[in-house]
Amino acid sequence: MATLSREEAQALIQEVLEVYPDKAKKDRAKHLAVNDPSIDQSKKCITSNRKSQPGVMTIRGCAYAGSRGVVWGPVKDMIHISHGPVGCGQYSRGGRRNYYVGLTGVNSFGTMNFTSDFQERDIVFGGDKKLDKLISEIETLFPLSKGISVQSECPIGLIGDDIEAVSKKKGKELNKPVVPVRCEGFRGVSQSLGHHIANDAIRDWVLHRRDTDNSFEQTPYDVCITGDYNIGGDIWPSRLLLEEIGLRVVAQMPGDGTVSEMELIPKVKLNLVHCYRSVNYLARHLEEKYGIPWMEYNFFGPTKIAESLRKIAARFDETIQANAERVIEQYRAQYEAVIAKYRPRLEGRKVMLYVGGLRPRHVIGAYEDLGMEVVGTGYEFAHNDDYDRTIKEMGDATLLYDDITGYELEEFVKRVRPDLIGSGIKEKYIFQKMGIPFRQMHSWDYSGPYHGYDGFSIFARDMDMTVNNPCWSMMQAPWLKSAADDSSAMAASA
Amino acid sequence: MPSVMIRRNDDGGLLFYVAKKDMEETIAAVEHDSAEQWGGEVELTDGSRWYIDPISPPPAFPTTLRFKRVEG
Repeated sequence: MATLSREEAQALIQEVLEVYPDKAKKDRAKHLAVNDPSIDQSKKCITSNRKSQPGVMTIRGCAYAGSRGVVWGPVKDMIHISHGPVGCGQYSRGGRRNYYVGLTGVNSFGTMNFTSDFQERDIVFGGDKKLDKLISEIETLFPLSKGISVQSECPIGLIGDDIEAVSKKKGKELNKPVVPVRCEGFRGVSQSLGHHIANDAIRDWVLHRRDTDNSFEQTPYDVCITGDYNIGGDIWPSRLLLEEIGLRVVAQMPGDGTVSEMELIPKVKLNLVHCYRSVNYLARHLEEKYGIPWMEYNFFGPTKIAESLRKIAARFDETIQANAERVIEQYRAQYEAVIAKYRPRLEGRKVMLYVGGLRPRHVIGAYEDLGMEVVGTGYEFAHNDDYDRTIKEMGDATLLYDDITGYELEEFVKRVRPDLIGSGIKEKYIFQKMGIPFRQMHSWDYSGPYHGYDGFSIFARDMDMTVNNPCWSMMQAPWLKSAADDSSAMAASA
Repeated sequence: MPSVMIRRNDDGGLLFYVAKKDMEETIAAVEHDSAEQWGGEVELTDGSRWYIDPISPPPAFPTTLRFKRVEG
């Protein structure tokens, strides 16, 4: 259907809110908005980072998910103990597809699950002794692990265990970083606070470990990538691009990252932030304590890549700037071929997004490169600074939705009828049954990488594969089809 | 009295960031901004006003300082 006008979009929001009781309606109205790119402050149009309404279906996670699953989990040579009952760790294991290089169980532990498996007696008598014993056992079984993090689940905070004391003691004993993370699930309104807590733990327990050690040889071109989670291998094409323009990537964090790289972050000249939401706290700390400037970049789609490469190169000398131009030129034939192939098949299609930290705004450029239009976007757990950045990227009179409920998203989709939806696995099958092509954009629907020029060709292929899949013309059962449909189908196949 | 982190943005302007509130605003005007001292009343682009006792010599940014909200 045609794009909504501003009035129609407003009316749609009102109509969707109609079913709620007054109080809920008042609250939810603040989280839904029609975009106006001329506004420079999102707080004028949208409220975010608030507790979800009881009784609605939300797809937010908890602080533990933000710390264990997002920020700490991908650090591959550390063992992350899910400290508490077994479920939290087991049911979230391996879901994010943070790829890494290494031998699992020997020197990397990314897909493994370590837990203290709390029982009733640990709740009653405290679990500190168990944690102590567990860390010793880990050291015996996996001596090549470079560190341990203790990721608290809810009961740890409730029973008041002193995991800091145990960690300090064991850290001294093993001479490795043992990091207590107070990321109990009940903290905060979403996984976002978990990111913050995890960032603070990195700040307090890891970053300063090499402050007095100057043996690391530095160059003027040292950079680090932070906030790239290597989903489906994303960080590798990103890293390749940065190295091609002549920069030295000293550390990548956390995707495919190591403890030693995290310790080297304070030695770099520029901190490149991919996911602003989950590592901005760390970036601000690095800037304040070590004077390392940081900048956000976006490696989705050729337009944004070229823009970002030029912006990054501008922070360095002419050689790097010339290299950036050369690299953009070098890939031109490759990405123009991708656009020439897929753009005619995707031109003018409408997309609605509802994802997590950075994608609702970062992938917009990649869709636009393919001639597609993003007509609605929203975040599960963003704060207002994310919406500040999103408003500029989105077109006029498009929908913005914060922490949208299952009901609202379905109603929006029914009315807007986009040609593609990008969201999580919980939404996937609902919308596919409604006959709308869907991509699971949290872990790239088991595909990827999508970053960089190499990733863009995969992105374009995946979008085409989904949108133009022949199955969407078979949504109606054959016996329900009218004779007219039949004859046209016959004509088409003849 | 929130802790506020003051840093420079790409254009050289000063940003006023309150972590607890996720508030990031540009500073529009500072009462005392000279080689000797920095501080006094600070006005942000959103119109709110904050106060800090003038610091001498001016601090190196980025830095975290404690501000008071100016009433009225």
